[in-house]
Amino acid sequence: MSNAEFIDRGKESTIRDSFALFKPRVMSLAVFTAAAGMLVAPTQLHPLIGFSSILFIAVGAGASGALNMWWDADIDAKMRRTRHRPIPSGKIDREDALTVGVLLSGIAVIMLGLTANIVAAALLALTILYYVVFYTMYLKRLTPHNIVIGGAAGAFPPMIGWAAATGGITSESILMFLVIFLWTPPHFWSLALFVSDDYSKAGVPMMTVAKGPRATRRQIFAYAALLVPVSAALAFSGIGGPVTFVLAIVLNAEFLRMASRVAHRSEADSRRDRFAAERKFFFRSIAYLFLLFSGLIGDAALRWSLGGALAWPQWV
Amino acid sequence: MGVSMAIRKEHPAFARRWRRNALVGAILGMFVALVFGITIVKLSSGHLMEAFDHAVRPSLLESEG
Repeated sequence: MSNAEFIDRGKESTIRDSFALFKPRVMSLAVFTAAAGMLVAPTQLHPLIGFSSILFIAVGAGASGALNMWWDADIDAKMRRTRHRPIPSGKIDREDALTVGVLLSGIAVIMLGLTANIVAAALLALTILYYVVFYTMYLKRLTPHNIVIGGAAGAFPPMIGWAAATGGITSESILMFLVIFLWTPPHFWSLALFVSDDYSKAGVPMMTVAKGPRATRRQIFAYAALLVPVSAALAFSGIGGPVTFVLAIVLNAEFLRMASRVAHRSEADSRRDRFAAERKFFFRSIAYLFLLFSGLIGDAALRWSLGGALAWPQWV
Repeated sequence: MGVSMAIRKEHPAFARRWRRNALVGAILGMFVALVFGITIVKLSSGHLMEAFDHAVRPSLLESEG
């Protein structure tokens, strides 16, 4: 290519733009919960196999993000929060995002199957299809419950990590799935409350747009309340222990208190302080998930240091 | 007498593109190294690397005790 050909070619993407296509923040949560699922499993993997499995789960999560951006480029361009993403800002072509997404999805699934096992690979393939086809292409623009049902996609990573280590699905991995599944609506709707105008502009029937902020606030509290017994049950499962138990009590009390505050606020109050409580709840919810799964890792470390002789009731 | 008028300075986009291609190359190199490492781990931990290929393979038959 000659120098002259660079003229009028529009914006050129940088390495940072290419990385942004993979939704690194979403990817990091998937990586962390998948690693937690793997670390708390009762079987031990060779470090290289464990590292590679997490890497391929991360690649699968990143590929899903690229495919999500490919499909949602039209609505991303209309929303203030997303209009700087690589496709709507013109830095990466839609077709390139599709190619990279499909290619990396295939590589991630095949490599996870070869590295870990077929169950983990099948769960990763299911997660990618669920997120891209079921959530992005179908649910997101159809129903205000899109986040509730679509949230399952984000809940699969610890199950995949567990399956990579054990080769199966058990009550423990289902409980980890349920925690993230029930955590997603309060987490995401608190964000939707302060970017509601964006969704309205893009025509996405988010709960805040379709049912209004009052109904959304009630639902946030309802899901937060449902999350409490599930995360408590996790403390008394085969992977729970005193660390998870103490953290579950403290985190759930704080989560419920903040959810209740968000639920009882009026729109006028929220607009007056620019959704301070909602923003705080959104960021605290990330800490909630991070600390709860860290508690599980802590109990796994405790069990390992005691040679598996941890006296702790197991009810689930 | 001829005067050389060649402009040697390249557009900065070439340098950016080179850096990106080098990164892709490095990632591919690391992927090859990773696959090699995984293969070594699997083989050294005794994983069976044979599969059915339409011929009797004694190593694939379960022993009768």
